[in-house]
Amino acid sequence: MELRFTEEEIAFRQEVRAFIRGNLPAKTLERMRLGYPPTKSDVVTWQRILNKKGWATYKWPQEYGGQAWSPTMRMIFQDENMLAHAPEVNSFNITMIGPVLIQFGTPEQKERFIAPTANLDIWWCQGFSEPGSGSDLASLKTSAVLDGDHYVVNGQKIWTSTAHHADWIFALVRTNPQARKPQEGISFLLIDMKTPGITVRPIISIDGSHHFNEVFFDDVRVPVTQRVYEENKGWDVAKFLLGNERTGIARLGKSMARLEDIRELSPHLRNHGAPLLDDKLQRERVASLEIRAKALEITQLRVVAKMMQQSDGKPDPFSSLLKIKGGELGQDTSELIMDAVGPLAMPQWAKELDLLNRESGENEPPIGPDYAGFAAGPYLMHRASSIAGGTTEIQKNILNKAVLRL
Amino acid sequence: MDFELTEDQRLLNDSVSRLLADRYAFDARRGYIKSAQGWSQEMWEKYAELGLLGLPFPEEYGGFGGGAVDIMMVMEAFGRSLVVEPFLATVVLGGSAIKYAGNEAQKGEILPQIVDGSLKLGWAHGEQQARYDLTDVLTTATKDGSGWVLEGAKSVVLHGDCADMLVVSARTGGDRMDKEGLTLFLVPANTPGVARRGYAMRDGTRAAEISLSTVKLGPEAVLGTVGDAYGIIERVTQAGIAAFAAETVGACEAAHTMTLDYLRTRVQFGRPIGTNQVLQHKAADMLIEVEQARSMAMLAAMMVDEEDAAERTRNISMAKVGVGQSGRFVTQNSVQLHGGIGMTEEYAVGHYFRRVMVFEHSWGDSAYHLGLLADQVG
Amino acid sequence: MDLRFTEEEVAFRKEVRDFIRQNLPARTRERLRLGYSPTKQDIVDWQRILNKKGWATYKWPKAYGGTDWSPTQRMIFQEENQINHAPEVNGFNITMIGPVIIQFGTPEQKAHILPRAANLEDWWCQGFSEPGSGSDLASLKTAAKRVGDDYIVNGQKIWTSTAHHADWCFALVRTDPNARKPQEGISFLLIDMKTPGITVRPIISIDNSHHLNEVFFDDVKVPVANRVYEENKGWDVAKFLLGNERTGIARLGKSMERINYAQELARDVRQNGKPLIEDAGFRQRVAKLQVQAKALELTQLRVVAKAAGNSDGKPDPFSSVLKIKGTELLQDTAELVMDIAGPLAMPDWAKELDLLNRESGDNEPLIGPEWAGYAAPPYLMLRAASIYGGTNEIQKNILNKAILRL
Repeated sequence: MELRFTEEEIAFRQEVRAFIRGNLPAKTLERMRLGYPPTKSDVVTWQRILNKKGWATYKWPQEYGGQAWSPTMRMIFQDENMLAHAPEVNSFNITMIGPVLIQFGTPEQKERFIAPTANLDIWWCQGFSEPGSGSDLASLKTSAVLDGDHYVVNGQKIWTSTAHHADWIFALVRTNPQARKPQEGISFLLIDMKTPGITVRPIISIDGSHHFNEVFFDDVRVPVTQRVYEENKGWDVAKFLLGNERTGIARLGKSMARLEDIRELSPHLRNHGAPLLDDKLQRERVASLEIRAKALEITQLRVVAKMMQQSDGKPDPFSSLLKIKGGELGQDTSELIMDAVGPLAMPQWAKELDLLNRESGENEPPIGPDYAGFAAGPYLMHRASSIAGGTTEIQKNILNKAVLRL
Repeated sequence: MDFELTEDQRLLNDSVSRLLADRYAFDARRGYIKSAQGWSQEMWEKYAELGLLGLPFPEEYGGFGGGAVDIMMVMEAFGRSLVVEPFLATVVLGGSAIKYAGNEAQKGEILPQIVDGSLKLGWAHGEQQARYDLTDVLTTATKDGSGWVLEGAKSVVLHGDCADMLVVSARTGGDRMDKEGLTLFLVPANTPGVARRGYAMRDGTRAAEISLSTVKLGPEAVLGTVGDAYGIIERVTQAGIAAFAAETVGACEAAHTMTLDYLRTRVQFGRPIGTNQVLQHKAADMLIEVEQARSMAMLAAMMVDEEDAAERTRNISMAKVGVGQSGRFVTQNSVQLHGGIGMTEEYAVGHYFRRVMVFEHSWGDSAYHLGLLADQVG
Repeated sequence: MDLRFTEEEVAFRKEVRDFIRQNLPARTRERLRLGYSPTKQDIVDWQRILNKKGWATYKWPKAYGGTDWSPTQRMIFQEENQINHAPEVNGFNITMIGPVIIQFGTPEQKAHILPRAANLEDWWCQGFSEPGSGSDLASLKTAAKRVGDDYIVNGQKIWTSTAHHADWCFALVRTDPNARKPQEGISFLLIDMKTPGITVRPIISIDNSHHLNEVFFDDVKVPVANRVYEENKGWDVAKFLLGNERTGIARLGKSMERINYAQELARDVRQNGKPLIEDAGFRQRVAKLQVQAKALELTQLRVVAKAAGNSDGKPDPFSSVLKIKGTELLQDTAELVMDIAGPLAMPDWAKELDLLNRESGDNEPLIGPEWAGYAAPPYLMLRAASIYGGTNEIQKNILNKAILRL
């Protein structure tokens, strides 16, 4: 047993860090550092830079443009990206549909989609959840009826992140309402968002941002050639997708970056007439979060190491642990930043402060210090960390089923 | 990065687990505690036979040449079985003091006797007024010709009642809270002027109060450099924390396993209580904390041999907080989910609970170490 | 709405406090201050002092020796007793069997039992739980068969607090094993603990104390005259008993007293070369507990005020909130005191420290400071507070059933 990083791993970390520093656009870095979500253009630009280097699709098999990195190296890569305030690549493209097409796609589908997916020439979104189907995903109702060589899709998806940016959507639809079990009548379709009959309605989040959407399908015609895998076998595809590579799920680097940020903010934030971190209780709060981050870092390495040994491809139930603790840490570190900023985090300044707007030549001066404008946003948005991708409660059910067996 | 055990470690782990499975059932342990000295001489000899008592010592002294990871594995197994023999006191604490500070003659004389089980050590550093402050030492050593005279008292010395030799810290200079001026002495327990009062701890292990009045020692009793023992005291304490943290993980794991068994078998309202989702989620929370504690115990083990003192101290403190807090959570809830039976002396879960309580109150509780870490933030 | 106490209430508090300070035996006070459990004698002496004053049975109707104190006065009385280190009166006598006999007893039962229960001439214990019947109390199996003018009782009770001190036991027994519902075949019997066939076996608790017992019944003869209320209607009696006056359930005064005591101790204990009381982290921990105690005090006052308003005698489901938060606070304040003592709380010194032994002329000097010697047992013993009287999980089920209705 050796818990220290090897020299190769340390060198790799240096290489990644240097590349990001040398290539991440300054505007993007500044926006991310202040807590803003990246813009669409931030994500596209960065993913293309990485793709040129061969790093955007590092998780994919090598013959499809992936890297032969060990799980530890993958983890280092993810952490370094987050620590350096780089946007995450579009995970619908990289973690979800890419691997799905590689595993299940026809040669034609691979030929058509894989390269533009890697380069973010196509922005994908995910059409899974429905108003009545959240944790109980298999109860979904959006129907697809075969009509010649097309499916006719009718129904509604919800919580569709970035659907308003998306060129394409991969969606679960019901092709056999009479199946013995609800899981057995579902198919997996690729749908062009420009197809007539699709309506996207924004859902504004509690931080005032537009991230989620409802997507309505009204007699939307989808060629049968855009079905992935067999008809009524879509649940197998979904399971593969949801279980695929979940080590990044803790998003630990992001939390660690905030624990660095608080040190930078401290001199600006006065408490009893002194910098914030002169206060022992504030320091205890930071120390306590750092301890949790350290524990999670090692647990994550253990899960990663276990994956290196077994290659059955099955998701490790302990990734539920990573998701739960990683989500909590994201919530608590964003709360730390908001609390540190205090009353200045309360006004809805985001719009006025938006760096994009300022670049576009708006003349009004920003209100308040720039670090304060989006300090509450991540706190608000992070409430979703314990909801999206399987709620914390569902993750505990998974742990119970797979490990505790009560 | 490598979490794999070596072949030797796997064999060691198997043989320790087998021995404890055979000889350390809960009732057998109760018998060991009830005996006059409060632990089993026979088990002590078995540990010697297996090579456990020589685990961390170099081969030239008859040791196994193992490292902190080996100690971690053994301590985890000891935690699962709630072992009460003086392993932590003798091998980890006393043994580390000799290993880090002893001269060739001292190592050559003492380590082989630890390895073969014939010598037990006590780490006599803590004092009643000191609580967790490692520098708070009032016991004095004054020069007496070429030798020394010790005067003072040591408190909650683990297995101090049965130790053959005590490693005693004393002031040869400096003031009460100074890092400078501390010296370690090797004091045979039968030296005139040493008086011991042994007692049971809350978890059934043994400890002692030790008074030292006009204890005369020769110059060869000094362990390490006169006046410069603080660094050694810190390292010995850290080795103790790392080992005890691993033991705590073993205890938490066992308490959690017992709790799962209970949830599966205890029937109320016509079904096992474990079918209640609220209890399932509590059990999942406990699983998460056991694994987070395990990660932190690994961190502590890895850091024991770290040469950068600041890095070592910082990480061991982090591990102490992490394991302490997870340990409280897991064992408190183990008692809660057992209900009344968890409150009883005759049932093992309360013993795990108390072992973890003693860990939490050894060498600084979570709040204490969090305070130390907080002083470094900024 | 006025959250302040009235002048009368303030005067009442002073009267109670003065009485306790003048009449509580010094040894009892000292023992409780150090964290010891009261001895049997402590409780007997104090209850008789209170009874002479007419205060032991303050909860009973005036006709039976009670007072006409308002719910707020009752709360003040309990709080002052706890803050001033007085033992609690025997709850089995005062809160349980007394009110049961007043409500359901025959004239003979009232005449014989009530005065003796009030003056603690008889020490009562409660025979409810059984090995297989904890949270699911109605599944109890101890059988009582009618033979002439007697019941013959066979079976086992468990977790019977102070059975080894007790003169009498009130017990739930099954008189009709064929009843339609388990609740319908239960009767409520009063059993003399000296009756042949009763065996009391101690259960040693994790603090090494003897508080709990198993009680075995082997052909124990109980006169039918010792049955309370009708045969097979014992569940009604039990429900009345368990729902009876639960405002004291939070034992808030005890927690407040521990918070004060902890601050006293922390002045004498040093950490990093300074009194512990000067440590910011410690002070914050105390402050958090004070905030919780204040919130609970106000919630308790609200429950009490509601109880004063409605006299339907039904237990307020909100008393489950008091039980949950009150026991958590008891546990956390006991943990605080233990943590202050730190390593000195870990030796099992209780025997050597026992004030009773010292009084009896033990010559051995004490080990360690005496306040530290008994710092751990209350922490250990209070783990039971969230288990007995309906586990906190069961209390949450009650809240769900009565208020949330999920």
